[in-house]
This record gives sequence, structure tokens and C-alpha cells, in this order.
Amino acid sequence: MIQEIINATINGIPIKVPAGTSILQAAQGVQVKIPTLCKHKDLLPTAACGLCIVNIAGSPKKPRACCTPIEEGMEITTHDSDLTDIRRSTLELILSNHPNECLTCGRNGNCELQSLAGDFGLRQDLIPRYVRELPCDDSTGSIILDFRKCIKCGRCVQVCQDVQNVWALSFLERGINNRMAPAGDILLNESPCIRCGQCSAHCPTGAIVESDEVTTVWDALHDENKYCTVQVAPSVRVALGEAFGLPPGTNLTKKIYAALRRLGFKAVFDTNFSADLTIMEEASEFIERFVHGKGEIPLITSCCPAWVDYMEKRFSDFIPNFSTAKSPQQMMGVMTKTYYAEKVNMDPAKIYQVSIMPCTAKKYELERTDEMYASGYKDVDVALTTREFARLIKQSGIDFLNLPDEEADSILGEYSGAGTIFGYTGGVMEAALRTAYFKVTGKNLQQEAIDIQPVRGLEGVKEAEIDVEGTKVRVAVAHAIGNVEKVLNKVRAARDSGEETPYHFIEVMACPGGCIGGGGQPYGIDNEVRMARIRGLEADDRDCKLRFSHENPEIQAAYKDFLGEPLSEKAEALLHTKYVARPSYSK
Amino acid sequence: METLTLDTFVTKSKSDSPSGPYIKVGMDTGGIAAGAARVLEVLQEEVKLAGLDLPVLPTGSLGYSFVDPLVEVKTESGLRTVYGKIDEESAKQIISDHLKEGKLLDDHVVASRKRTNDLGDTQTFAILVKDTSCDGGDKTQFFQASFEEDFRHEGLTGKVQVVRALDMGIYGEGLVVKLLPSGVTYANILTRDIAQIVDQSLKGDKVVDHRVYAKNDPQNRVVLRNCGRVNPESLEDYVAAGGYQGLAKALKASPEETISTMKDSGLRGRGGAGFPTWLKWKLTSDVEADQKYVICNGDEGDPGAFMDRSVLEGDPHSVLEGLMLAGYAVGATKGWFYIRAEYPLAVERIRIAIEQAQEAGILGEKVLGTDFSFDAEIRLGAGAFVCGEETALIASIEGMRGSPEPRPPYPSVKGLWDKPTSINNVETLAAVPAIMAKGARWYSSIGTEKSKGTKVFAVTGKVKYPQLVEVPMGTSLQQIVFDVCGGVLDDIPIKGVQTGGPSGGVIPEQHLNTPVTYETLQELGSIMGSGGMLIMDEHDCMVDVAKFYLKFCVDESCGKCAPCRIGGYQMLQLLELISSGKASLEDLSHIERICNAMKKASLCGLGQTAPNPVLSTLRYFKNEYIAYIEGGPRYARQRKRELAGKPERKAS
Amino acid sequence: MNMSAAPPVALQEPEPDVLEEIQHLLDKWKDKEGNLIMILHEIQNKYGFVPRDVALAVAKRLEIRLAQIYEVLTFYHYFKLVAPGKHNITVCNGTACYLKGCAQLIQKLETILGIPEGQTTKDQMFHLETVRCIGCCGMSPAMVVDGRTLGKVKPDDMKALVDDIKTIEKASGEERDN
Repeated sequence: MIQEIINATINGIPIKVPAGTSILQAAQGVQVKIPTLCKHKDLLPTAACGLCIVNIAGSPKKPRACCTPIEEGMEITTHDSDLTDIRRSTLELILSNHPNECLTCGRNGNCELQSLAGDFGLRQDLIPRYVRELPCDDSTGSIILDFRKCIKCGRCVQVCQDVQNVWALSFLERGINNRMAPAGDILLNESPCIRCGQCSAHCPTGAIVESDEVTTVWDALHDENKYCTVQVAPSVRVALGEAFGLPPGTNLTKKIYAALRRLGFKAVFDTNFSADLTIMEEASEFIERFVHGKGEIPLITSCCPAWVDYMEKRFSDFIPNFSTAKSPQQMMGVMTKTYYAEKVNMDPAKIYQVSIMPCTAKKYELERTDEMYASGYKDVDVALTTREFARLIKQSGIDFLNLPDEEADSILGEYSGAGTIFGYTGGVMEAALRTAYFKVTGKNLQQEAIDIQPVRGLEGVKEAEIDVEGTKVRVAVAHAIGNVEKVLNKVRAARDSGEETPYHFIEVMACPGGCIGGGGQPYGIDNEVRMARIRGLEADDRDCKLRFSHENPEIQAAYKDFLGEPLSEKAEALLHTKYVARPSYSK
Repeated sequence: METLTLDTFVTKSKSDSPSGPYIKVGMDTGGIAAGAARVLEVLQEEVKLAGLDLPVLPTGSLGYSFVDPLVEVKTESGLRTVYGKIDEESAKQIISDHLKEGKLLDDHVVASRKRTNDLGDTQTFAILVKDTSCDGGDKTQFFQASFEEDFRHEGLTGKVQVVRALDMGIYGEGLVVKLLPSGVTYANILTRDIAQIVDQSLKGDKVVDHRVYAKNDPQNRVVLRNCGRVNPESLEDYVAAGGYQGLAKALKASPEETISTMKDSGLRGRGGAGFPTWLKWKLTSDVEADQKYVICNGDEGDPGAFMDRSVLEGDPHSVLEGLMLAGYAVGATKGWFYIRAEYPLAVERIRIAIEQAQEAGILGEKVLGTDFSFDAEIRLGAGAFVCGEETALIASIEGMRGSPEPRPPYPSVKGLWDKPTSINNVETLAAVPAIMAKGARWYSSIGTEKSKGTKVFAVTGKVKYPQLVEVPMGTSLQQIVFDVCGGVLDDIPIKGVQTGGPSGGVIPEQHLNTPVTYETLQELGSIMGSGGMLIMDEHDCMVDVAKFYLKFCVDESCGKCAPCRIGGYQMLQLLELISSGKASLEDLSHIERICNAMKKASLCGLGQTAPNPVLSTLRYFKNEYIAYIEGGPRYARQRKRELAGKPERKAS
Repeated sequence: MNMSAAPPVALQEPEPDVLEEIQHLLDKWKDKEGNLIMILHEIQNKYGFVPRDVALAVAKRLEIRLAQIYEVLTFYHYFKLVAPGKHNITVCNGTACYLKGCAQLIQKLETILGIPEGQTTKDQMFHLETVRCIGCCGMSPAMVVDGRTLGKVKPDDMKALVDDIKTIEKASGEERDN
């Protein structure tokens, strides 16, 4: 289809854009920034904030740039004294309905409302402040809702309902009482919330923030009785830099190791190692089911705790299909408190494990079921999001960007390229297939076939057929959890009609783009940022000497010295878990 | 009703009209609230007891809300008498006096507003008398006695009745007498005129020229043509009154011709904004789609407006016919009535109308045997004024919050379930069949250059006779308030007229002579709106009125966009400060700033127009705001006492 | 490693008779477009409000989310989430009634009943609310008491009005006790 090209002008600058382009998008193309607090690149315009109004020659109205498509011959003015005045008045109104708590707010310094107020030079409150007193909701332990700070932009509700299809957040009431809240005015942890944190990643203010546990970590680090260990997740290394002004995708693995060591961690491990371990278990599990027919097909990945929660609440009929392998975070925890403890001859009771995660749901996973205490202790003690980790570094006085590179500690520090790509959508699938291929055929994929392209990229559902020496393995990859329903419905339909399953292996990650787009990552997410972070991890994979989990020597050692082999009794006891159906509403 | 085809239908004529005597009771919400249901019961019982053979039927509202409940009696002779303020007692009298003895009831007759200066050849059998002067004492009784005495002298006693009327539709014209059945009316009669009238007009056949009151009522009932006349629950009645003839006519020609008729008629949307109806239809018609919809917006929500309710309750088939015509014009096969849940009677009447039309083959597959298929369903509102906004209404039918969406895309392109949709308001749709039946030229001859046709207003507030009024566009407020509705309660000087409800403004006394059109009202800082008209006397506080309307908008704001959600609330707080005497002049400038932001940055019409009542009162009555600011809390308290005291003094 | 599926967790379902009524309602509406608000109307007509368990049951059967139902329920002022009082007193707050002093009526009723507008008395006997216009402007100020419209009411009438209801309640209560 040939796309119609529209001619118009913005502030006198001629533009040519495809039909359907909004004024806001077109303005960005000619270096004009129109302020907005509600429009987010990931989302459809909600038209809520009213700041992006513009003038169009010949029209008495001031349409919103976010949702007005450019029409042929439009002469658009985006900035003049009248528009600025109206924007200032609207901002004043928004501020008059917002608590004056910037200094103690979770978004201090990176709040979209705060920046705009600064840009517009608002110096005093002209209108009396009215803020409805509503208590914070910290019931999930992952995300804190501070309803008073909400500006009703609608981003979180759209992300939660339309992108994630979770429907934990909603708008209640109307008018001045219109508010974002869990459906039916219950607590968030009584709602269908899966703690993916996408609401917090999209919130322009401090109304939704991660539950901050930085001080807990400080306390542990200062506790002489605790032997602090740490793991850092794949996707953190390519996003953390953004909190320090670096472009997205910059790989900071070795500076992160150095920073963690300076913070006082006695052992610095890498979740990439346990990602390799997860692959060993999961690929074996896949072969058991696919080749030996022991267990349900398709096998569905389970390393995303938000997805696990979602499945238990909405798709519990797929419990038998779930990989019982624990997530890399939990495998690392249990391995630290058993295998490592044994090796260094340390009482596991003294070992304290911190994980640095891109994710708010990882906080929930720590206590998800009894199996999260497989070492006899809480396997991972506390999970920090990337955003919290950035604050921890800043509080410690470490000149992060100028740190020398350092390495992770053995025996849980080495990783393969397959481990690192766990951080983006399709990565778990790709890593598992690399190892499964080897396990089935006894040889590795050819160099040029290692990158399994069809499962890469930001398409919501990706499907592929992988040829394993004549056997076709049909796989599906879904991310942004709203997309999972389509995939599972296909499986259900086949199952109900007794037809052959459309897929053998399904990977699901709750966040758009996978963990690199996690709810706990630095602010400012959009597809451009997601792709940059993915490119960062892809490069890390390519640069790795080892591209296969089964070739990771520390993995081989762990099996040889401690676990035996994948799916051994010990591995089952330590590295696997169970699932139960849960109600969407606990109230 | 038998199934009709287009051919049999158009040959049906008014001769089918149920003739013969009847009693009709105004069973609209207002009438029922005033006791009409009981009156209907009593009349039915009494008719039975008296062994009379005439039907007692429900009908809609004639619009005369101030004299509810209304009863219309048509006798064998064909004479129709309207009675107002009927209770059980007077209902019984209608049977015993009027029907059995041919005697009209005193103090209940609502005179027809048709007036003439031609006595005709029928003998006068009764005269209606009424003192319409505004000087306090009602001399009607004395007036009646004077006539009766004269009749005794002249030997007319027993031949011509002298009846005290309840309402003459003439106000401030002294003693008024109306001769029945001719309709010759005399006004400003002095005692000495009585003998002359009796002599010339009752005994002779000459009109007393110098007292004739031939000024016609400015009203012209197009939309309300059937209200209070047909039985709203009878398809036969509607058809007999010329109903579905417009549809039949349209179906014989192309949809384009229907649109072009609407274009020639000049009809503009009566919901408030005045968008040309034909253009709305054309835009929807032009879009190619497998499914299109038409919606009747019956979510009338302006506080103090009940035009749409009256039409839905009084003449549901006309609205249905209008919706079908809209459907035919735009190419829709499905229509929706979106009606306030607070209007149960309107919902019920529309439901019955749909059922009847379906049974008669007017609605459904192959309408009247043609290739046009159309069906209609009802969906209820649930108490959200903002759902009058097209995109919010659509969201509401779809089962979502009634929050407006940005336009474009307009509903004509992407509406209900993303299908092209045309939304028209009740009053607009009710006018359509009349235009189709009588022709565009007829309609466009009514009204002004740019505002064609008639408009229905609900006149309430400090007015003597609150009622529904339908006048040609261009009629002045002065005429509406004083000539039709009798002026201000207790004859207190008028301060202004609020039009357009919460989106409108106050027109001050000095502009009352302005002809009412879309454009003139806008120039004066108000809008036509849906037709609420609130009369305010000089005691009324304009800051209070502004606050009332603003509070309404604050309560009804969907809360989606910041300028409306917060702006409205904060402005209301500032107005509260003013009316408690605690504000400063600076607060007035804040109010103006907020108004500006709301007007220009709100997403939908509700927010954009919510500041109008404040802005228009600031424009004409700024002194009242200043008085609060300068007078301080003491003045505010005093004013509050004054305002609270007033309703106690009043009785109407 | 064999994981048997745990039985699906049942939501808090309403009583069987209520469930039957809901099913009946859904059978009538399920395949119609734009059914949600109509269904909620019917539920409210039946129970006087929309109970949470009923909303959950409807959501489950319509395959929509409870969040959507609550978004709707709390947006539209017509819907109630808690049981209203036995006797409903609704004062019209339309323009005509406002100008003729409905504010004084409301104030008086608030004092007599001891509750602010929009609430129900502790004994669940009275619910007081305002409505934007009942369309009886000719009889302003107007109010609706238990479905009966009263016109041209005065603040001084309010005490008797409430007392009358109380007397009737008391009488019927004593009758029951006997």
C-alpha cells in the first residue's frame, strides 16, 4: 500500500509526513518539543493533561497535538505567548492538585511534572492546594501506589489494561474524585496485579514507584555477622548506565562488579551464570517431554515471576505445561547457600544474598513458595531494582563511571552468551534451543545458525520452526503479557479439539521487550531504548568466548562437583519448584 | 394495526382518525407527579358509573406545566376543552357537570391560544373570563358576576355560560373575555364595556373592535405538534395525525433526496451546538462501511430542561420516525435510543412505540415493504451529564466510562463500535418527520435567515407560568417570558434570563429584546443549548447562580482531563471564597485565568463551556462579585440570610 | 517432577438462588451489544444496589474484568455499591428547584435525619440524596419520597414528612412484634 504523504507546516517549517502522523510526532521530526504529561511513546494518546494544545490557522479551537492527525495544508503553531500562558495555567492547576513533596518523593530529580514546573518557572502557588488524602498502598511489597501524587494521565491504567491485560489498575469515580485505584477499591495485592511494575515505569510522577529497599541492603552490608553476596541480572548491565547519563545499551558488566565489591559484597556473582544453569535444567526438561514424551507439551518457560503469577491466576490449566525449573535469581540464591557455602566452608545462615534485578516482581518471587527456601534459608534475601541499585551506588560515593573494570567471583560468576541473552524477549528460547540442539544431536549449532533470528525483535508474538536434524520444533515467544492469551488460546483450541499442539515450546516474558524493558529499569522506556538495550546484550553474547550454556566450565564444575546431572534428585530438590492456581481477587 | 405496505400506507388518510368524544389525561412525568394517574382512574370509574360511552385515554404534555394535571374533553359537538389543575373532586365534576349537563367547570379551563376576530356562524354558548392584570387583587369573580348580571337583564341566563378561566394565555391585559366556540377575545375590558359586548357580540353578531385582542400567541408547534394530542401509546393515533407519512414519502425517493430536503429546510441540531443536521447525515452517508448506526440522544441532562422528556413521553413515534429517517439517509440499519434512566416513562413509551412499529411492519426487515431494513433498541444512561457528549455517549453504550475521546476521528467516520454513526438529539429528530411530510420550504419559512424553524424552551425559575414553549427562531426573550409565560413571579422586576444551562450564560434585562438565534445568543456570551430557560428576578444573586451551574459541571465532569477536572473544582473554591466575603480582587483575576485555561484546553464541550456561566455573570454583573469582595464576611452573611429568606415569602 | 494441576480456585460466588437470577439475566443479555450497563441496571433494580459478589459473578460470566465493571459502577452516579436505606428521599436540585430554595430543603432534611446528603442513616431507615432534575420544574421545589413526587414543598414540611414515615414504620414494627 502506498502511504499518502501530507504536506503541512509547523511553526513555518514545511513538513512532509505520512497520513495519520500526529502533530506531536511530526513536531519531534523538526526538533520542536511540545510539552505533555500524559502521552507516552509506548501508548495511545489519552488526551488527559491538556498541555499539548496547539493553534491551527483558521480554526478557533486549540486541538491537542498528541491525538490530532496532520491534515493537508495545516499551518500549525506550537508555541506562542497565549499557548504558553494556557499551559502555565494548566500546570498551575495540576500542581494545585498535587502534594508539595518533591524533596521526599521517589521521583525527585527525574519526575516529568517536576521538570515541566521547572521549565515553566512556576515560582508560587497561585491557587489554594487541594489534595484528597488517600493512604498509600504498599501491600504488594513491590510497588507503592501514592494516589495523592497521581495526575490521572492514564498511562498506568492503559499499560495495565491494554498492554498487559492484567486489569489490576482502573479509574474509579469521576470528576475531581476521579482516581487511579485497584478495581473495587481493594488493596493492590488483593487484585489481579502481577507486580510487573510497568505502571511504575510509565508513571510520569511519583504516584507509582518501586518499594525502596536500599536501606535494608545498607544495613546488611554493615552487619558484621552477615556475609554479603550479590548477583546481577543480565539486563541490568545494559540499562544501569542510563541512570548515570550514558546512552541505553552501554554494557557496564565489569564496572558493576567493581562497584559491588567496593560496596562491600564479599562475593560478586552473576545471574548470567544461573541463567546458564536454568538452561541446563530447562533444556533437559524440554527433551524429557519432547523427545521422551514424559510430561506435557508445549513446555512453557517460567523464569518471569510476573508471568508465573499471571498464569496461576488466569491460566492455571497450563500448570502442567510449566517448566518447573526455578528462575535464575532463585537458582543463584540456592546455589550460593548450598554449593558455594560448602566450597568456602561457610555457615549458610551467615550468608546474605542480594540480587540486582530489572524487575519489581522479583521482590515477590523471593517468598513466592516454600521452594524459595530450598537451601534451608531464604535463598535470596533481598532484591533491588536497577533504579534502587543506581541510588545505592550514588549514596556510596562511588565514582561509578570511572571505576576500573573487574571480574566476577568464581564459582558462580562465569557466564556464556546464552546466559546473557536471558535479558531480552526470545533470549531464553534461543539459549535453550542452543543447548537442546546439542543434547539431541550431540553437536553444537553451526556458527552462523547460533543467532536464532526468528525469535528476536519486538514483535509481540514471534513464531518459528526450528529444524533439529529433521525434527521440526515449533516455538512461540510472547512478551508484553497481554500477548500471551492469543498464544495460549491457540494451544487450548488444539487441546480441546484433540489436534496436535501448535507449539512445542513457548517463552513468555511479562514486560514489553523482556527484562531489558522491566518495570524496575531506569525511566524513559520506549521501543528505541528497548532496542538499544537489546543490541547491548546481543553484543555481549557475540563477544563471549562461550555461546552455549553447556560449555560454561563453572556450570560443568557445578554439576560434576555438586548437582550430579540435570534433573538429578538433588537438582530437582534445589532447582525446581511448584505452581498452584490462585484467585485473581483475594477479596 | 395491520401490516402496512408503502402503497397502502400513503393512501391512509386522516379520515381514519378516531373521531367522536373522548377524555384525555396528560400522563407525562410532570402530570403524573401532580396526580394525573389518580385523575385518570377517577375519570374511568366515573365514566363507567355514569354509563357513558367514551374512552378515557392517556396523552402527553401540552406543555402547560404550571396547571398540571391536564385533562382534555372532546364532546359530541366536536368542541375540545382543556382543563388544568384537575384533582379527584374536579375530575368527578367533569363528568357530572361538563359531560352530563354541558356545563364548563369554573377555575379549570385552560383557554386555547388560538384567537380570532371572526365570530363565525356558530352561536356563542359560553364565555371565558379572567382577570389578567398584575395589580394584585384578582377581580375575576367580580367580573363573572358582572356578566351574569348583565345576562339576567338581557335574558341570556341559561343560554350562555360565564366561566372563570384558569388561564387565558394572555397576561397583563386586564380583564379578558373569550367567546366560545369562535375564539373571539377581548382584553382590557372595563365594566362599561360589558354591556356593549353582550349587546353586540352575544346578542348580535358584531365584533367590538376597540377591545378585540387578536395578537397571536407567538408559539408554533412543530416539534410538540402531537404532544398532548395523541395517545403516546397508540400507533393508530400517531398515524391518524399524519405520522409515518414523512417516512413513506422519503422511502419513495432516494436517501440523497432526504438529505437534500434536510439541507433545504435549514434544520440545525437542537442539542446545543447547532450543527447542520443534513451535513451530519451527509458525512456519515459518505463513509463506506458494512454497518452504520444512528443514535437518538435522549440523555437530556441540563438541570431545568425537560423538552426532550416531554417529546419522548408525549410523541414517541415521531422520534422513532425521525430516527428511521436519519437511518435511511445515512444508510444505517440499526438505531439506538440512549435515554436517561431517570426518565422511566419516556423509556417505556419508546419501548412500546418500537414494539408497535415492529408489529406493524414499520420497523424491521423491509420497512413498509421496501428494501430498507431498520431496527431500533434502547440503551439507558446512568446519571452522567457528560454522556450528552457524542464520544462519551458512544463509550457509555459500549459499556464503558462515559469519558469523551478526542475528535477526530468523528463519530460520522468512527463511532459506535468503530462504525460510522450519526447522533441526533430528540428534538431534532422529532422535527424531521414534519419537515419530510410538509416540505423543506414550509419549515425554512419559519425562523430567521440562519436559524430556521422552531425551538422548544423549558421556561422555569422565577416565572409566573413555567411551561414548555415552542416558538419560531428569532422570537425575543421578552415575548417568551412576558407574552407566553406571563412575566416574573410576583411581578418583581426581571434581572435576566439564563439560557443554555450549565454551558450557557445569563442574558441581562437590557438585552431581552434580542431575537433568539444561535448567533445572537453566542454574541451575548450565552448559547442556545438544549433549551433550558431560567428566569431570574432582581433579588437573585448572580454569584450564586454562577456557583450553581459551575458546581453542576464540577459534579458532572468526567475527570479525565486536567483543565476541566481541576479547573472547575478550584474555580468553585474561589467562588465559595467570594460568596463568603473572604476573597480579594486578585482572586477574580485567578478565576479569569482558570476560565481561559478551561475554555481552551479542555478536551470536550463540557469543560470548554463550563466557565460560561461564570464569564457571562462576570461580564454583566461584575458589580455583584465586587460587592462580596468589598463587603466582606458581614455583607456575605447578610446576603445569605436575604437569599435564604426568600423562598418562604413566595407562593405561586 | 510430575506436577498435577491444582483444582481451579473458585471465586466468591453468590448464593445459588442469586446465581440463578444472574444467569437468567445474562441469558437475556449475553449476546446483545452494549449490554453491560443494561445488566447493571437490572441488577440494581433487583437488589437496590450492585453487590460485589454479583459484580464478580457477572464479570466472570461475561468474560470481562471486574475492573471494567467497577470503572463503570463508580463513574455513573445512578449506580450504588452499598445497600440504600429503606426509604429514599430524593430532593430535586434542578435549576428551577434551586432557584426556589431546594438548598433549604436539603439543609433541613440533613438536620432532621442527621446525615449529609448522599448517605444513609445508621439504622438503614432513610437515604437522602439529590438528583439533578426530575423534570417537574412546574412544581418546584420538588422532591421524590419513595417514588412519590411531591411539589412546591417547604422546609417546614420536612419534619412532618419524616415523622409520618417513622410512625408508619413504628406501627408496622409493633404489628410484627405482636
